[in-house]
Amino acid sequence: MSQTLRKTLEFISVVEPASVIVSIRNLSRTFGSVKAVDGVNLDIYSGEFLTLLGPSGSGKTTVLRMIAGFEKPDSGTIELGGRDVSQLPPYERDVNTVFQDYALFPHMDVISNIGYGLRVAGVAKEERIARTEKALEQVRLTGYGDRKPAELSGGQRQRVALARALVNRPSVLLLDEPLGALDLKLREQMQIELKELQREVGITFIFVTHDQEEALTMSDRIAVFNLGNIEQLGTPREVYENPQSPFVSEFVGQTNKITMDGRQINIRPEFITVSKSAERGDRIVKGKLHDAIFVGATTRYLVDTELGESIISTDPSGLLDVGDDVVLSWESEKEFLVK
Amino acid sequence: MKSSVARWMYKRPKFRLVALLAAPTLWLVVAYLGALGALLVTAFFTIDSFTGDVVAQFNLGNFQDMLTDPAYRNVVLRTLGIALSVTLICATFAIPMAFFMAKIAKPRNQKILVALVLTPLWASYLVKIYAWRSMLEPRTGVIDWVLGPIGIRSPGFGGPAIVIGLSYLWLPYMILPIYAGLERLPNSLLDASGDLGAGNFYTFRRVILPLIFPSLVAGSMFTFSLSLGDYITAQIIGGKLQMLGNVVYQNFSINLPFAATIATIPVAIMAIYLWLVRRTGALASL
Repeated sequence: MSQTLRKTLEFISVVEPASVIVSIRNLSRTFGSVKAVDGVNLDIYSGEFLTLLGPSGSGKTTVLRMIAGFEKPDSGTIELGGRDVSQLPPYERDVNTVFQDYALFPHMDVISNIGYGLRVAGVAKEERIARTEKALEQVRLTGYGDRKPAELSGGQRQRVALARALVNRPSVLLLDEPLGALDLKLREQMQIELKELQREVGITFIFVTHDQEEALTMSDRIAVFNLGNIEQLGTPREVYENPQSPFVSEFVGQTNKITMDGRQINIRPEFITVSKSAERGDRIVKGKLHDAIFVGATTRYLVDTELGESIISTDPSGLLDVGDDVVLSWESEKEFLVK
Repeated sequence: MKSSVARWMYKRPKFRLVALLAAPTLWLVVAYLGALGALLVTAFFTIDSFTGDVVAQFNLGNFQDMLTDPAYRNVVLRTLGIALSVTLICATFAIPMAFFMAKIAKPRNQKILVALVLTPLWASYLVKIYAWRSMLEPRTGVIDWVLGPIGIRSPGFGGPAIVIGLSYLWLPYMILPIYAGLERLPNSLLDASGDLGAGNFYTFRRVILPLIFPSLVAGSMFTFSLSLGDYITAQIIGGKLQMLGNVVYQNFSINLPFAATIATIPVAIMAIYLWLVRRTGALASL
């Protein structure tokens, strides 16, 4: 990169610093004796797609519900556009939510569901209809306006829920595992659509999921939650390639933990080459193929190694047989350390 | 032996159905429809004015008497008014109570609250109404005794007393269906309404009320029909006031056909009520 180009880029990033839209400070919430959220700090930038990723019970949904206003924090603050909203009821916050079960009003048709927020806000009927129609078009449901939620498929309901939230043009959209109830194919399709929609409308998305693949696919940044706190915050690449804690390395992607030369190293399965003799990389370990599991696009090998530990590797060809003597090899620069 | 009977039954689904439903059908036809039919038929009979015996001869005289005498019309309107008031009062008290039970109370307390709502149903109807009599008694009653010094006086015996007594008696029948309806209502719908900017009252009117309407109707069928047919409460705390049931009760020993004629009125009112309810579509989702 030329010196001038680098200067220009620095200049741009100085001129347009991403502004913080949600600022969370020392947020805590206890349910009974369980500390669901334990002193969370998080700045969310305007226009970004941020994912709160973590196993169930890690506090990610509670954080989302506190941003929405469904739960009150025991302590800490939530600033939305510079204003502390942590003590305000949900209806006084400029955020909208897409619920895990969609929470569509069963007694209203699609149009009334989507127009609900506008109607509450007192938007004139003509504008309401125009905006509702546009929202329907945005989620590709034109013509479904007079149906009841019960007459829609899961994917369609999901879209209505999305349109109902987006039509109000909130400054932040909260999504609580919205794809959880869809089957795999539809979920993958919706992941792409959601990401495109987010770019199109330019609204900040805060997305909760326990699915690490979903998080890696869609997010600008990921906050990995564990035991009520954020273990790591970073871009998908940072989180995947450079996990900052043992928990993150295991929760996001698969990791081999190997003790070599008296110290522990970590390596992702896909960086390990398994073959009968060929070596690719400066690390070489011999072993015997214990099991080969066909998982479609790749084959997962479980190798018993001379180190006395089993190593998992993935390989697209899958030509080796169980019981073969094999050589495992990888580039040591692909290894990562965990604090 | 057992298995061979079971196998024999298994091959004959119609026989199984008959075996299952014979007893309830017999009960329904003989005891229920039979009695109702007898009532309707009797309403068209008359009595021998000399001997007082029932004369099984079809005529419309009873209905003519009932419809032309303004005294009966007043009783019908009064009874309707009382039944409607009782239903409205029960609904007004039951909705917030049921809401607290279903949505605010902790799960462990919910069961206790349901049990508490049911407890008054274990006590005898008569005991409860006599209790109200001693509450409402002018000057010496509990209300005048406790609340008199701060200026609240018992309404005494009469229409208001009947409404209070019946509302007290039938309140559990209104709370329970509404509680069941609210239980079924997902909390996320309430969250969603607030999330979309609606305050509590708006959420109540646009989301909660339409969705628990079938439960309200179910409850109102109890409170309304039970009030419509009641006569004991009126007798004990109604003062000189009469409801339809009292008229039936009075005529029953002296003019059975006329009592039957009066008794068709609540049946007709309930039929109309059900028809109106059906038109709202609430029965479809009950």
